[in-house]
Amino acid sequence: MEWLQQLFNGISLGSIYALIALGYTMVYGIIKLINFAHGEVFMIGSFTGFYAIAFWGLGFFPALILSMAVCAVFGVLIERIAYKRLRSSTRIAALITAIGVSLLIQYVVIYIRGAQPEAYPNVLPNRSFDIFGVQISSQSLLILLVSVVLMIILQFIVHRTKIGKAMRAVSFDPDAAKLMGINVNNTISATFAIGSALAGAAGVIFGVYYTKIEPLMGIIPGLKAFIAAVLGGIGIIPGAVIGGFVLGIVETVVSALGLSLWRDAAAFIILILILIFRPSGIFGKNSKEKV
Amino acid sequence: MLKVEEIDVYYGSIKALKGVSLNVNEGEIVTLIGANGAGKSTLLKTLSGLLKPKKGKIEYHNKSIAGKQAQTIVKAGISHVPEGRRVFANMTVEENLELGAYLRKDTKRIRVDFEKVFELFPRLFERKKQLSGTLSGGEQQMLAMGRALMAKPKLLLLDEPSMGLAPLLVKTIFNIIEEINRDGTTILLVEQNAHMALSIATRAYVIETGSVITSGTAEKLQASEEIRQAYLGGM
Amino acid sequence: MLKKVNTFWFSIVLAFVFYGIIQLLISTAMLNPFYTNTLIFICINIILAVSLHLVIGITGQFSIGHAGFLALGAYISAIMTMKLGMPFSVALIAGGIVAALAGLVVGVPSLRLRGDYLAIATLGFAEIIRIIFLNIDYVGGAAGMQVTHATTWTTSFLCLILTIVVIANFTNSRHGRACISIRENEIAADAMGINTTYYKVAAFVIGSFFAGIAGGLYAHNFYIIQPVNFGFLKSFDILIFVVLGGLGSLSGAVVSAILLTIVSTFLQGLPETRMIIYSLVLVMVMLYRPQGLMGTREITDYFGKWGRVKGGNQYGG
Repeated sequence: MEWLQQLFNGISLGSIYALIALGYTMVYGIIKLINFAHGEVFMIGSFTGFYAIAFWGLGFFPALILSMAVCAVFGVLIERIAYKRLRSSTRIAALITAIGVSLLIQYVVIYIRGAQPEAYPNVLPNRSFDIFGVQISSQSLLILLVSVVLMIILQFIVHRTKIGKAMRAVSFDPDAAKLMGINVNNTISATFAIGSALAGAAGVIFGVYYTKIEPLMGIIPGLKAFIAAVLGGIGIIPGAVIGGFVLGIVETVVSALGLSLWRDAAAFIILILILIFRPSGIFGKNSKEKV
Repeated sequence: MLKVEEIDVYYGSIKALKGVSLNVNEGEIVTLIGANGAGKSTLLKTLSGLLKPKKGKIEYHNKSIAGKQAQTIVKAGISHVPEGRRVFANMTVEENLELGAYLRKDTKRIRVDFEKVFELFPRLFERKKQLSGTLSGGEQQMLAMGRALMAKPKLLLLDEPSMGLAPLLVKTIFNIIEEINRDGTTILLVEQNAHMALSIATRAYVIETGSVITSGTAEKLQASEEIRQAYLGGM
Repeated sequence: MLKKVNTFWFSIVLAFVFYGIIQLLISTAMLNPFYTNTLIFICINIILAVSLHLVIGITGQFSIGHAGFLALGAYISAIMTMKLGMPFSVALIAGGIVAALAGLVVGVPSLRLRGDYLAIATLGFAEIIRIIFLNIDYVGGAAGMQVTHATTWTTSFLCLILTIVVIANFTNSRHGRACISIRENEIAADAMGINTTYYKVAAFVIGSFFAGIAGGLYAHNFYIIQPVNFGFLKSFDILIFVVLGGLGSLSGAVVSAILLTIVSTFLQGLPETRMIIYSLVLVMVMLYRPQGLMGTREITDYFGKWGRVKGGNQYGG
């Protein structure tokens, strides 16, 4: 039963990783950029939710939607201001810019409000159910449900809507997409908006679940989510979800074995192993580099 | 309908087209023939907005489209079937065709055009739920053409439709091109297979190293000794 | 050729004259400990910058985990002096060697990885190294490890000169040209018969060795080392020296290491402001001058003195 409990905790953590990983994977798929600032979008989302709940008295769902909207705009701004100019530059320049943007957001937030953490207010009723000896709080159940619903919505957008099809077309072949009359710039912005909105949702969920937030909170979950995206095969949407869940479960198991200090190392070891032995991820097809 | 005057186009620092002029009249099939690397594809890419000319004019229905965004040009009624088909291999045949109609809002007419494309290419109908990456080369060519037709173009730019296809299939494709033309779509066709191209074209331009060296009716070029020697294998 | 050798010795002599002047100022107490310390810190940062320059700037292998090698050098050398009672010089070399071995471990997987993926892998390695030290009680875990002060102006300057001489000569040799060809086009380099595997690993090993030396100097200059000093931000600090100076320019890396060390010394009391300025500069440079301050040029190019090939001039010069 103890293991079942850990499995459930792992899935809860994994759903947060999965939500963030989706943004990484979508952005990488469309402009081949590791958007390091994605972890900071997650942080901004968490703080937006915090202020909305603590100061404006919003409930969980309005706060969630508000923070998704704020993050969508924020993500598009980052793309338009910093990344758009980089389309034709080297990969190194793009990656360094992304790292720079990430740090800039962190320290501007610290500059404005200080580095002190905040305690997330309790917005969800918290009752515990005992199912087959597994303690499941109504809160974590709801959080899991919200994550899953968001992932289903995303799947719907990507496969059934016009903008989703445009996103897939641009990530496959931008020039051919242009010939269809697709506005590539707008499609890229839409991708940032959707990915960032998911990160914003993850931020609020993280806050409610772990109750403590601070300006540097985006770094580690951001890196972990990136690992999840690589694990599932970067650019592949279901891969990011599976990768997130796998990583969440592995981490909880490592903690449960009494090795909690090694938790972060476990994630990086997974990363290196996957990069060495199967760089295209679980779901990716191996492709040889072309001349 | 289309008038190109003295355009210069660069690929990075390489001048790919030098002072190219040509025109296409409504209802024609005009073909551009020339060797590999002569600049034929570059010209089509410039017409469809993927490349921008450094100099010169491009007019479509008396409006300048030089340097305009690709989407503006698609909207104006010019569709480009690129070299190598470039179908979206990660999507189904049906989704590819839907993307062809990306800019159109007339849902009902889109349905009708779906039927038309399937009529023209029955193979695509059989495979409409299949991922387009799994199609054969000939089927992908049909899909690329069908996809372009979904935009309801008045002018269709075709780049090397016969590339890598078996002779029998080339014949089928060329028959379909003639059929599309009979339905009222003007065609600008780029081909290395000059023999086939001249057999269906109204007029032709010959491009060599970035410049038009000669032009005329298809019959005239077919009869010309020089053209036969250089492009028709001396037949 | 003779002229080239002469300029080399001329530079060495010049460097030692500079060293002598500073040493004189220190021993006559005209330079107070604050400035001495800043000078030592500049030396350490230049060593880090130049060692990373070899990996990123010359060989084109994008490593963002240089702090991992710094950490190894720092901890190993500290263990040597503090736990095993070895002399400082032995400790420095041991730190360098262990870091070089780690460079070998990181370099080998780099054979399979490129660009972004390699960057993330090196970041992962650095984090793993940091987490390992965090979890070893022998070296104090999160609380860190106390280290005696042993780094002097003399030791750090000697290490600096050694680093620059070795890396500059490596770059100017045919090995260096092989590395540059990997940076410019790995597939073409491979096709020309260059053993890309060998050179990529060599760059990692040499770069890590000197980062390890820098770690030894760093540990014995600060009285205490903690895992938190060697996180991603430290790697980023080193990266910005190289990028700002110009990927491929050794003197660029040196100049930007000097400038940024001075700037951050003055902004020590305002860490947030420092980070905002750093990151803003980085983003601006990447957007408007992605080749950095110097591109792949060297200072000497401007004087037309010392050879031309040093950083492999991209502009055909």
